[in-house]
Amino acid sequence: MISIFIKRLLLAIPVLLAVASLTFFLVKLAPGGPFDADKAVSPQVLKNLNEAYNLNASEWEQYVAYMSGILQGDFGPSFRFPGRSVSEMIATGLPVTFELAFYAILIALLIGVSSGVLAALKRNTYLDFIPMAIAMIGICVPTFLMGPLLVLIFGINLEILPVSGWGQLPGDKILPSITLGFAYAAYIARLSRGGMLEVLNQDFIRTARAKGLTEKNVVIKHAMQGGLIPVVSFLGPAIAGLLAGSFVVETIFQIPGLGRFYVEAAFNRDYTMILGTTIFFSAMIVFFNLLSDLAAMWLNPRSRDTS
Amino acid sequence: MKHLIALFTVAFLIGCSSSTSPVDDGLENQIFHFGNGSEPQGIDPHIVTGVPEHHILISLCEGLTIPNAFGDGNLPGAAESWQISEDGKEYIFNLRKNGKWSNGDELTAEDFVWSWKRILTASLGSQYPDMLYYLVGASEYHTGLIDDFNRVGIKAIDKYTLKVTLKAPTPFFIGMLSHYSTWPVHKETVLKHGSIDDRNGEWTRPGNFVCNGAFNLKSWELNNRIVVEKNPNYWDSSSVRLNQIHYYPVSNVMTEDRMFRAGQLHVTSTLPSQKCPIYIEENNPDLRIDPYMGTYFYRLNTNNPVLKDVRVRKALAYAIDRKLLVEKVTKCGQIPAYSFTPPGSNGYQPDTVIPFDPDLAKELLNDAGYSDDNLFPKLEILFNTNEDHRKVALAIQQMWQQNLGITVELVNQDWKVYLSREMVGDFQVSRAGWIGDYEDPNTFLDLMRPNRGNNKTGWENADYDSLVAKANSTNNQEERYRLLNEAEKILIDNMPIIPLYTYVRNYQLSSDVKGYNPHILDHHHPKFIYLERE
Repeated sequence: MISIFIKRLLLAIPVLLAVASLTFFLVKLAPGGPFDADKAVSPQVLKNLNEAYNLNASEWEQYVAYMSGILQGDFGPSFRFPGRSVSEMIATGLPVTFELAFYAILIALLIGVSSGVLAALKRNTYLDFIPMAIAMIGICVPTFLMGPLLVLIFGINLEILPVSGWGQLPGDKILPSITLGFAYAAYIARLSRGGMLEVLNQDFIRTARAKGLTEKNVVIKHAMQGGLIPVVSFLGPAIAGLLAGSFVVETIFQIPGLGRFYVEAAFNRDYTMILGTTIFFSAMIVFFNLLSDLAAMWLNPRSRDTS
Repeated sequence: MKHLIALFTVAFLIGCSSSTSPVDDGLENQIFHFGNGSEPQGIDPHIVTGVPEHHILISLCEGLTIPNAFGDGNLPGAAESWQISEDGKEYIFNLRKNGKWSNGDELTAEDFVWSWKRILTASLGSQYPDMLYYLVGASEYHTGLIDDFNRVGIKAIDKYTLKVTLKAPTPFFIGMLSHYSTWPVHKETVLKHGSIDDRNGEWTRPGNFVCNGAFNLKSWELNNRIVVEKNPNYWDSSSVRLNQIHYYPVSNVMTEDRMFRAGQLHVTSTLPSQKCPIYIEENNPDLRIDPYMGTYFYRLNTNNPVLKDVRVRKALAYAIDRKLLVEKVTKCGQIPAYSFTPPGSNGYQPDTVIPFDPDLAKELLNDAGYSDDNLFPKLEILFNTNEDHRKVALAIQQMWQQNLGITVELVNQDWKVYLSREMVGDFQVSRAGWIGDYEDPNTFLDLMRPNRGNNKTGWENADYDSLVAKANSTNNQEERYRLLNEAEKILIDNMPIIPLYTYVRNYQLSSDVKGYNPHILDHHHPKFIYLERE
C-alpha cells in the first residue's frame, strides 16, 4: 500500500507540471488582458504596467520565470490586487473553503449514509421511497436555487439564521453548509442504498445472520463495510469537487473562500491567480483521489490482498 | 456518530438563538454597515481605480478639497482655503495648520508635492496620471520628456502653502481634487515598505497604513470585510459621529438585497434591476433613486463601411424610442438621454435634440441608398454578458427591426473579450456607459476628442476638438459652457455615439442613516453621515 502511495505521489509531479504548463499558455490565448478596463489606459501606462509585471518579456521567458518561481513555492503577485501575492490569497481563502467543505461533507455523510442504509434495509417501503424521492430532489435542485430558498425561509421569513457571512454572526455557517452538503447527501444516499442492497444479498450476510448475529451487528459490522465502498470511492472526487466547486455557495452566502478568487481571477484575467489556483486545485484533486482509492482498497479485502 | 449529531444540534441551537441584527447593533454603536459591491483592488489611491475603492478611500484619505454633501461643488478638505489668479492658471492652497496624518505626523505642502510626483512617476503605472496633466510640465514628466520634477507646476512655498501652476485655466480643477488619484500618501510609510514606484509595497496593510482621512484602517479580511475606525488625529474629528464603517464586498446583487432585508446592511451598492419596479410599486421607503452623472449609450464604429455614413448613424438614433426604453425596459427612474453630457452637470444644460421619428429615420436610410432593392446589411450589437444589457439590446433590436426593417444580431461577450474587441474596433455597435470623474461637462466631452483612448468610435472632428480645447482655455464659465454646448451639438449631429438614457443611482438605504445625501458623483464624505432612529 505504501509503495502504491509513493508511486502515485511521484506520478502526480508530471501531472501537475503538465497542468501548470498548459494553463500558462491557455490563459494567454484568452482575448483581453489583465489591465483592460472600462476606462482605457493610455499606451504609455499600459507599457509601464506590462513592464512592472514582466509581461513585455517573450512568452518563453515568462514561462521559464514562472515555472522556476513555482518550483520555489512562489506563485507571483496578483495582477488584480496590487500588493497581494497569490500564495497569500490562497492561504487566506483556503481555510474557509476547507471548513465549508468539511461541514458540507459531514452533513452529506450523516444524511446520505443513514437514509441510504435505511432505504436499503426497508426496501420497497415508505422508508425507502421517501428518502430516495428527497434524494432525487436533492440531485435535481441546483445549489443556486437551494441556497436562496433556504435563505428566504430561515433568514428572511423566520428570521432565525443570518442570510450571509462566515464566522461574523452566530449561526451564519449553517445555511451554506446545508446547501452545499445537501446535493452531495443525495448522491451518497443513492450510492449507499445501491451498495448496501448488493451486499445484503450476498452469502456472507446470510451466514452472519444464520450464526445468530443481531441485525445491528450484521448491518454495522459486516454489511456496511462492503456496502459503503462506492461511497468511499465517491468521496475523493466529491471532496475535490466541493473545494473547487464551492464558488456558487460562496457567492450566494458571501463567504470569503478560494472558489470566489478562482472564478473571479478568470474573469479578471489575473494570470498568476488563475495559474496558482488551478495548480492548487489540481493538486487537491490528485491528492483526494489518491486518498479515496487507498481507503477503498483498505475497505475491500480483495483489492487489499492483491495490493 | 452520536456525538457528532449532538454537536451539530448544539451548534444549530446556538446559531438559532436570537441576537440583534448588525443594523440594530450599529445604531447603538455608530457602526455603519456598507454594501460595497466587490472586493477592492487595494487602497493605494495612486494605483487603484473603481467605485468600491473610492468608497473606502473617501473615509481613509482626504484631498485638498472634499465633495459637498449638501449641493454642487466642493468644500475645503486638507486645504482650508485657496486663491486663484486672475488668469485662472495659478492656485495657492493654504493647508490647515492642524492637518495631521493618522499617525500624528504633520500634513505639509511637501507631502502633496511628493505624492503628485509619485502619481507622475511612470514606472508606478498609475492609471490616472492624466488627472494631473493639466499642470505645467506634468505630462512631459510622466512621458519622460523632462526628468526634473522641479519643472512640474507644483511647489511647496512653505510648510502650509502649496502653489499649483496650470497650463490653461481649468475651471474644473478644484472639482478634480476630490478625486482619489490626487490625494496624498504618507511618504515615510510608503518608502518604509518599498520605493516610490513600488506597486506591491505593503504599506496599505492594516497596521502599516497611514493617511489623513476621517477614519483609519483597522482590519481587512479579503473578500469578507474591511473595517475602518474613527481617526482621532483627523483635523475635524469632532464632527465625525460614526465610530466604525464595515465594508462588505458583496458582488452578488441578490445576496446584497437579502442582506439588507435581513438587517445586515445599512446601505446597498445597487439594486437587482428586476426588483426596482416592484419596490417602486410597493412604495418601499428604503428605495433610493438619486441623480447620477452617467450616460448609457451605444458606440458606433465610424470606420465600419456601413456606419461611416452619418445618415445611417442618425437613422439608427432617430429610430429609438428612449421614453419607451426607460418606462418599459429599464423601469427604475432612468431618464431618456438626448445629449452625451447629462443635463444639469454643474449648471450645464445641453440643448441638443434627438427626435424619435421613424419616418425621418427611414428617409435618412433611403437617402443613404438603402431600400427594398438594396437591403441594409445585418447589424451586430456587441455587449458584455449581463441581463440588463441584454434587455436593452433586445428592445433596440426590436425598434430597429420594426422602424427601419433592419436585421440585428445580438452578440454578448465576456467582459474582457468585449473590452478588447471594442479597443481594436472589432464591432459595429457596442453598448457603453460613462460616469463622470468630476462635476463638469469636460469629463464627458473630452472623451470624444481625437486620440482619446476611450473614444473607440474612430470618429474625429477638428471643429469639435478645437471647440472643446477653446472652452478649456477660457476662464469665463458662461462662455465656456456656450462653447461646450456648440461642441455637444456637433457630436450629436455627427452621432458617433447614440445616447440612450441618463443613469440614476438606485440602491437601498436604511432609514437610520442620516447625512447620506444624494450626490451627482455618488461621493459621500463619511464625516457627514451618522445613525439615528426616529
